[in-house]
Amino acid sequence: MSVPVSKSETTGKPAVSGKKNSTSHAIAVIGNPNTGKSTLFNALAGMNAQVGNYPGVTVEKKVGRFRHEGREIQLIDLPGTYSLSPRTADEMVSVRVLLGTQKKAEPIDGVICIVDATHLDRNLYLFSQILDLGIPAILVLNMWDEVLKRDIAIDVQELENRLGVKVVPTSARKGIGLDKLKSEIVSLVENCSNADFVPPKLFPDSFREAKEQLQVEVEKRTGHPLPHYLAERLLLDVHGETEREVLQEDQSLNSFIANLRTELASKDCPIPAIEPRVRYQWVKQTLDGLVTKPDQGLRTKKDTLDQWLTHRFWGPVFFAAIMFLMFQAIYSWAGPLMEAIESLQGLAADFVLGIMAPGALRSLIIDGLIGGVGSVVVFLPQIAILFLFIAILEDCGYMSRAAYIMDRLMTRVGLSGKSFVPLMSSYACAIPGIMATRTIEDRKDRFVTILVAPLMSCSARLPVYLLMINAFIPNDSLFGTWIKTQAIVLFIFYILGAVVAVPIAWLLKKTWFKGEPAPFVMELPSFKLPSIRVVFDRVYDRSKAFVMRAGTLIFLTTVIVWAAGYFPGDHQKLDQVDAQLESGTIEEGSPEYEQLEEQRRVLAASLLNESFLGRTGHAIEPVVRPLGWDWRIGVGVLASFPAREVIVGTLGTIYSLGGDVDEEDPQLRDRLKSARHSNGEPVFNIPVALSVMVFFALCAQCGATLMVMRRETNSWKWPIFSFTYMTTLAYVGALLTYQIGMLFIKG
Amino acid sequence: MPLLNELREGELAIIESVDGTDSIAMRLMEMGLLPEEPIEMIGRAPLGDPLEYRVSGCQISLRKVEASRISVRLSTQ
Repeated sequence: MSVPVSKSETTGKPAVSGKKNSTSHAIAVIGNPNTGKSTLFNALAGMNAQVGNYPGVTVEKKVGRFRHEGREIQLIDLPGTYSLSPRTADEMVSVRVLLGTQKKAEPIDGVICIVDATHLDRNLYLFSQILDLGIPAILVLNMWDEVLKRDIAIDVQELENRLGVKVVPTSARKGIGLDKLKSEIVSLVENCSNADFVPPKLFPDSFREAKEQLQVEVEKRTGHPLPHYLAERLLLDVHGETEREVLQEDQSLNSFIANLRTELASKDCPIPAIEPRVRYQWVKQTLDGLVTKPDQGLRTKKDTLDQWLTHRFWGPVFFAAIMFLMFQAIYSWAGPLMEAIESLQGLAADFVLGIMAPGALRSLIIDGLIGGVGSVVVFLPQIAILFLFIAILEDCGYMSRAAYIMDRLMTRVGLSGKSFVPLMSSYACAIPGIMATRTIEDRKDRFVTILVAPLMSCSARLPVYLLMINAFIPNDSLFGTWIKTQAIVLFIFYILGAVVAVPIAWLLKKTWFKGEPAPFVMELPSFKLPSIRVVFDRVYDRSKAFVMRAGTLIFLTTVIVWAAGYFPGDHQKLDQVDAQLESGTIEEGSPEYEQLEEQRRVLAASLLNESFLGRTGHAIEPVVRPLGWDWRIGVGVLASFPAREVIVGTLGTIYSLGGDVDEEDPQLRDRLKSARHSNGEPVFNIPVALSVMVFFALCAQCGATLMVMRRETNSWKWPIFSFTYMTTLAYVGALLTYQIGMLFIKG
Repeated sequence: MPLLNELREGELAIIESVDGTDSIAMRLMEMGLLPEEPIEMIGRAPLGDPLEYRVSGCQISLRKVEASRISVRLSTQ
């Protein structure tokens, strides 16, 4: 983490000092969900935000930067929320960042609050809490394009006057108002004084008196002062995080707080209902006469589109169709791009062959580098298409409809519809999926979702599926020409993990995570056309993450596997044979040439056999034999435990080093098809391919996921548990698949 | 007094009260489900639960159990 430890951490003083002389300033970014906050964040700070974690909690720390008018501004993204009433330690982080008391966070100079300008009334609730904090603030009316489109009139000038803060209309999606916002942020940090700003007096006098009494009492008993905002929270949030933390210091405050609350209730100030009452009252007063919407009336019909998409019958049909279309598209659209990458890979290999003499370095470049990394990058087109679909569904507002449709079903296994979106995201990658579980308030639901998320068929499994399906599943057409057997098999493997996750989640909810289902209060954002910019950003971001993993972790593993397969062993003879073969003096196809090739195969096979890799492979062969695998598949699987996408590269390396297939062969799938056991039988048939796929579908072969799981659950217990249960499942599943599959082949 | 979950599709009502002081009740109120707010039932999920409502111009979804904590009076308009 490059962000320096703030002074406020040690002194505990509020960060908003206004005395900073440096040219770098920190601004917090907060807002309700579905206000386009992350789009605005990206539009301001670009795509290169630093991402980390706050210590001890599961909140992601995202910091972006931009320069404007000679000032360097740091943007600190806070999680989307409807209110700043912390119920958990995670929700407390946002309050602490704003108060400047959060560990590992820059003290902030101000805050920008992003609101959905078409729903100002609801969104100003959060803003009223921010005003209570007394921090220099800017109100950003995002989605201004929608305001114009719907003929809504908002008197921005008068709103500024009434609020006493700057109000900037923007449209992050269309790139409107961003420069103005940047200028306002700069002038906010330059003036940096809100001495003349007085937070609106929302609560009745009785409440303010009680709050002051509480502040005095807490300071007396714990020895340190309680900030104004936290005192409010302590009084208002029954069983909230503030209460939990204060009581941890002094349990005896419990009865004092309880007495204050009872007393307030008798003065027509019921806790906690008083807060939404006074805040919404303030919102109404503030907005009175400022917003005019064309008369729609409340009794508008539910959107026609929404009506169809959540329809009793057509809703689920459409949902299934979308999912199927997605997988069909992965097949049909990506083909030409994949071929281009493959031919590029072939050209690169040919080029190296032409300029280098046989030897260890050439072998490393061709078999390790080009073969390994190349055969992973080739799947980028498909991954980009998958991300494209997910990004469009997220951006147009369909994802929350999916949660709404799926909620009833999810409650059957004890989860809620909210678990659906994280699980759906896990189809792209379990890592963002597990991070997305932060929107699930209920801890039990959240943990169960985290534990089954790695079962969802993530994009890293796609290469394995595609390789095996392309090579071994016949591509027949069913029902006319459109539906292909290969697409159906892919579809089945995509839902396999989800199907297995059902009993697992149910079991977890019955054992470790017993309890009532969590509430399901959720906004269904109105449908909108997905923005090309937003969708492109997300596809780029996630594809980049995939390539980066392919470029670093996978490359490393590939080189290690190559080295383990190359050493120890004397390659002198093999290199001589290679040089002879390539010298061009012997005519291709002549008996002499054939003889040399045969010699080459025998040499290479015996070298691999005696290598470190070969020895490990043979050692574990008895374990993987019942799954229908030969020792080379076993080695490939072993090498792919850190990251499952490595398998394709590893298989490429192993089978080309093995010498029993033509090294010139461009296509890995052809190499696999022609691979033979020592007795001459093909290594792969349909049951073996399916067994490998089942293993990959169910196994926890992803170090990064396990690390994220540790971070999110803040314990090693759960990643270890996941790893164990998933590996066991994978082995048993692969075993059953192969053994049952062979019965069909023999019978 | 009818409860929110008893509304039929297309029916309009005014919220009377939200039951409870726990975090669910607070969450409902923070989302704008406050006494005297008009609310319209606009649909239900394919499997009958959760339910979809429109309140202060937003569409929100609630499960039956959560909607049953809100008392309403039917609105004629």
